[in-house]
Amino acid sequence: MSASRPSETDPHSSATPDAAATPDAAVATGGARPARGGPARSGRPRGSGGPGESHARAWTGPGWGFVVKLLIMMVINAIGVMAIMSAYAAGSWVVLTVLVVLLALADWIYFSRRTLPLKYLYPGLVFLAVFQLFTLAYTGYVAFTNYGTGHLGSMQQAVDAALIQAEQRVEDSPSYPLAVVREDGEIGFAINNDGVVQVGTEEEPLEAVAGAVVDTAGTPIEVPGWDVVPRAELFADTALQEQVVELRVPVSDEAADGSIRTREGSTGAVYSSSLTWDPAARTLTDAETGTVYSPDDRGNFVSSDGQRLAAGWYVPVGFDNFVRAFTDTAYAGPLLQVTAWTFGFGILTVLTSFGLGLVLAMIYNDQRVRGQKVLRTIFILPYAFPAFMSALLWRGMLNSEFGVINEWFFFGANVDWLGDPWLAKFVILWVNLWLSYPYWFLVSTGALQALPTDVMEAARIDGAGRLRQFTSISLPLLMVSTAPLAIASFAFNFNNFTIIFMLTNGGPAFPGASVPLGATDILISAIYQISGVSGGRADYGLASALSIIVFIVIGIISALAFRQTRKLEEI
Amino acid sequence: MTTLPSPTRARTASRRRRWLAEVGWKYPVALVVVFYAAFPLVYALSAALDERGSLSGSEVLFRTVSLNNFSALGDTLFWTWVGNTLLVGGAAALGAVLMGAAAAYAFSRFRFRGRRASLTTLLIVQMFPQTVAFVAVFLLLITLGEAVPLLGINSKLALICVYLGGALGANTFLMYGFFNTIPIEIDEAARIDGASHAQIYWRLVMPLVVPILAVVGLLAFIAAFGDFILAKIVLTGQSNWTLAVGMYQWVSNQLTSNWGLFAAGAMIASLPVLALFLSLQRYIVGGLASGSVKG
Repeated sequence: MSASRPSETDPHSSATPDAAATPDAAVATGGARPARGGPARSGRPRGSGGPGESHARAWTGPGWGFVVKLLIMMVINAIGVMAIMSAYAAGSWVVLTVLVVLLALADWIYFSRRTLPLKYLYPGLVFLAVFQLFTLAYTGYVAFTNYGTGHLGSMQQAVDAALIQAEQRVEDSPSYPLAVVREDGEIGFAINNDGVVQVGTEEEPLEAVAGAVVDTAGTPIEVPGWDVVPRAELFADTALQEQVVELRVPVSDEAADGSIRTREGSTGAVYSSSLTWDPAARTLTDAETGTVYSPDDRGNFVSSDGQRLAAGWYVPVGFDNFVRAFTDTAYAGPLLQVTAWTFGFGILTVLTSFGLGLVLAMIYNDQRVRGQKVLRTIFILPYAFPAFMSALLWRGMLNSEFGVINEWFFFGANVDWLGDPWLAKFVILWVNLWLSYPYWFLVSTGALQALPTDVMEAARIDGAGRLRQFTSISLPLLMVSTAPLAIASFAFNFNNFTIIFMLTNGGPAFPGASVPLGATDILISAIYQISGVSGGRADYGLASALSIIVFIVIGIISALAFRQTRKLEEI
Repeated sequence: MTTLPSPTRARTASRRRRWLAEVGWKYPVALVVVFYAAFPLVYALSAALDERGSLSGSEVLFRTVSLNNFSALGDTLFWTWVGNTLLVGGAAALGAVLMGAAAAYAFSRFRFRGRRASLTTLLIVQMFPQTVAFVAVFLLLITLGEAVPLLGINSKLALICVYLGGALGANTFLMYGFFNTIPIEIDEAARIDGASHAQIYWRLVMPLVVPILAVVGLLAFIAAFGDFILAKIVLTGQSNWTLAVGMYQWVSNQLTSNWGLFAAGAMIASLPVLALFLSLQRYIVGGLASGSVKG
């Protein structure tokens, strides 16, 4: 399909690119750019090349291109090392390993002579591997776990969370005057314990310091070795407030002694958890009731009488998520409807917009119609308007109370376009038709103009009528070039999250359903609602399982598209 | 001569009838289509110029013409969002062009082990859109953010990186085809003259493929401009939002009172895209035809 393939290439208009500008651009995107090069061809060869020597032999080693490459690689190494140090500080070993490998590979590739193709492929491959291949694979992994609310993170994190959740203020704990202190970005507490100022951080238990100054209320105002954070700053900085409220300073090396916490940043008290963790037996014991919680294979701590702690960790659960999608009564019904509508929407929207675009292309691909250029420009206006704005614009226009559609065309009746399941579906098709028929108009016009005229002439001479010419010649020939696009368009609309979410937000909700799905949700918007990435209850496992189903559908469609393309080309 | 000869008149009449049947009817139909295509946009323009800026009462076109809504945009984060969108879209487009062109050059000019396999893999990978894996993207960015805060949730850099992850799959084939049309004899001649592969790439091939670079850059920019799901997941803080996320928030919260703001913002944000699109129509259709993005 080459409706109007850009083909004019004028080597004169685009003179040699500014050599200094290109490396800058490469740095800006974080990609290493191969900038290796010898001396410029016009440059005088260094060294002792005799006058009779061919200048191809006058290569004398690295020139300015090498310097540029060196500079870029220095910047990349600096950034890489900074990222590695940051990962080390955070203790993210997986990220650290990946960063080290990527950086080492980059250095090897750009300083070795044997990796020529990789010099050009590497930057793109890195991004492809991390942000596409990995995410696809990771989706596959998450689909087989119960990752989600109540099962976030590892078992150790679940233990920590359980200990914190069971934390209470120790009943007879006194209130200590407290100040927030800081050093090198690390914050800690300084408390006044009966005239002795003690300082500690999350890692370091409380320890007395000498030479501290307290004010009349007993609050430490000067602590040697630490900066006391002024109260005003604490009030102004919400991020710092959060840190302070989260901070636990152990009273001693013994975890059972509890830790100092503060609610408001001026007094502290001892808090301790009613649960204790036994790493050897892998059990949590409630000190008050004596209940013992032990881990089960679903990623929960459960007591012998069936009580479950809220905090859990994620574990592989096999095909549970898939089974749940198809059999769980809360999900199966709505998801079936969502799937049906996804296909219905994808097929209908391609058919309607392709149909309208093709008809318009046939009507106005006619030299006798005047003002073709103007008409064409107006026809494609909706396509040039950004899609998400169109959806929002129509959402306002279709508002049942104040929308202009009701005012202008329905005599002010309050037709609830977006609130009725069938009307909402119709509206989505209608708006998407408005959005995408210009695309098909453009494509069909291009395809029509590329049709061979001699075949049409031969058909006319053979006595074929206009209808016959169209159905037997134009349409089959058009399909060769447009069928792949139609399939691609179907695949696109199959995942057209924007129009659904912006126009109806999936609503109206299924009546009586316990899941947050609605009549116009398609699979991807259903995944969005279930996943809980925007807040609410998260179920990454089920959402990923549905993503896998979408991938399978897309894979089948793509395979069909390939075969179809080949079949049609044989016509 | 009292009357025209009747055969002529009959011929004129039949000609007119034929004109009506074959061409004439197309004008009224065109009028209907023009109305369908343009009235939402005209309405949006009218709402943008409306003095009160609320949805109710916006049904009378151009009742008042004032720039209130446009000046009110200054009190919102609109211009921040415009800047964010330009930054994210621009960086994603630049990255897509640079990485896509380099990859296409390698595939087109070098013969190396694994070349066919990589091309096939790319072809397969590009079928699976990143957006469907958004849950994994979200979880990945949370993990990355713990290690390298610059690449975590609510970072524009992270969003750019996510967009660049899809760049190679989407653009390599488009560019690969175009690179193949540049005669390899040019490279060979330059190599005999002593040019290195980098010189051939930057100084000979790149200037010749500027049209496809423009197409890919534009498509990547439009894709980033129009993306909603990834931007919404990644960018959580208001001041980091792109236009799509921010304007969605306007319309979904208190649609009626924000209507004028939305309409004015839509006019401002869409005009450059509209102008760019209409002036580059031919290139875009060419690009669409050989590997569509939107539609």
